[in-house]
Amino acid sequence: MIGLEHYLTVAAALFVIGIFGIFLNRKNVIVILMSIELMLLAVNINLVAFSAFLGDLVGQVFTMFVLTVAAAEAAIGLAILVCFYRNRGSIAVKDINILKG
Amino acid sequence: MTVADIAFYSFATVVVASGLFVVLARNPVHSVLWLILAFISSAGLFVLLGAEFVAMLLVIVYVGAVAVLFLFVVMMLDVDFTELRAEMVSYLPVAALIGVIFLIQLAMVFGVWQSADGAMALRGAVAPSPDEAHNTAALGALIYDDYLHLFQTAGLILLVAMIGAIVLTLRHRPNIKRQDILAQMYRDPAKAMELKDVKPGQGL
Repeated sequence: MIGLEHYLTVAAALFVIGIFGIFLNRKNVIVILMSIELMLLAVNINLVAFSAFLGDLVGQVFTMFVLTVAAAEAAIGLAILVCFYRNRGSIAVKDINILKG
Repeated sequence: MTVADIAFYSFATVVVASGLFVVLARNPVHSVLWLILAFISSAGLFVLLGAEFVAMLLVIVYVGAVAVLFLFVVMMLDVDFTELRAEMVSYLPVAALIGVIFLIQLAMVFGVWQSADGAMALRGAVAPSPDEAHNTAALGALIYDDYLHLFQTAGLILLVAMIGAIVLTLRHRPNIKRQDILAQMYRDPAKAMELKDVKPGQGL
């Protein structure tokens, strides 16, 4: 019988893979954005799993909001990336400290 | 092992494996394709959990919009990815260390936690049984009743993101000819052409 723990394990593995990906592809912003999407997906799996096993629909509502924010973040992130590429001709993350903020 | 168990294990394996390939793939286009596979199989997990609406949303929003957006950007930018991958090996130890630390932390929590006594009583919206109302209908009633303002705020976030993305990527290149509608409308035909009386046998 598949319990809550099984889903939490999958989500935890996916989340760790996301973190691993961010540190592994430190130069490639596109893959970093994809890793963030993976981490948000892991959070979504957690929310839906708890929602299903506790019988509370609010978790799925929150999943939708996470989905919204993830979509907005991907759109803005890729727009910034395209903008940066036009100005610099590369997407190397180590150049993105021009502003020295 | 029931069919649902087999489905869970296959979906879970595919999700984790394709997540790993997203991170490790040499070609970013392959990364995006693995990402699509991860999204689709986690939509399968959501269906197993009885959350059909979120599963379909995942397929439509993530696979249909976000992953395609990634694909377009990866294919549009002419980046030398082999150069970006070159230093990956040097980052591997740190990345593996941080990954293992997080994994250990999550494993320490695993199985130790327990729900509070009153947790069941604190549920915000008790899910109706499937024969009472479908997941989509129940979710819709909840969103449009209790979470209307948050739902509209989510729409606003998407609107702002859309405008932001357009503003960031729109550019007017100076050397390109484009249609100037106002100039066309205010064009005066009398000034635009001139009639010359050319005598026969003579030029202008």
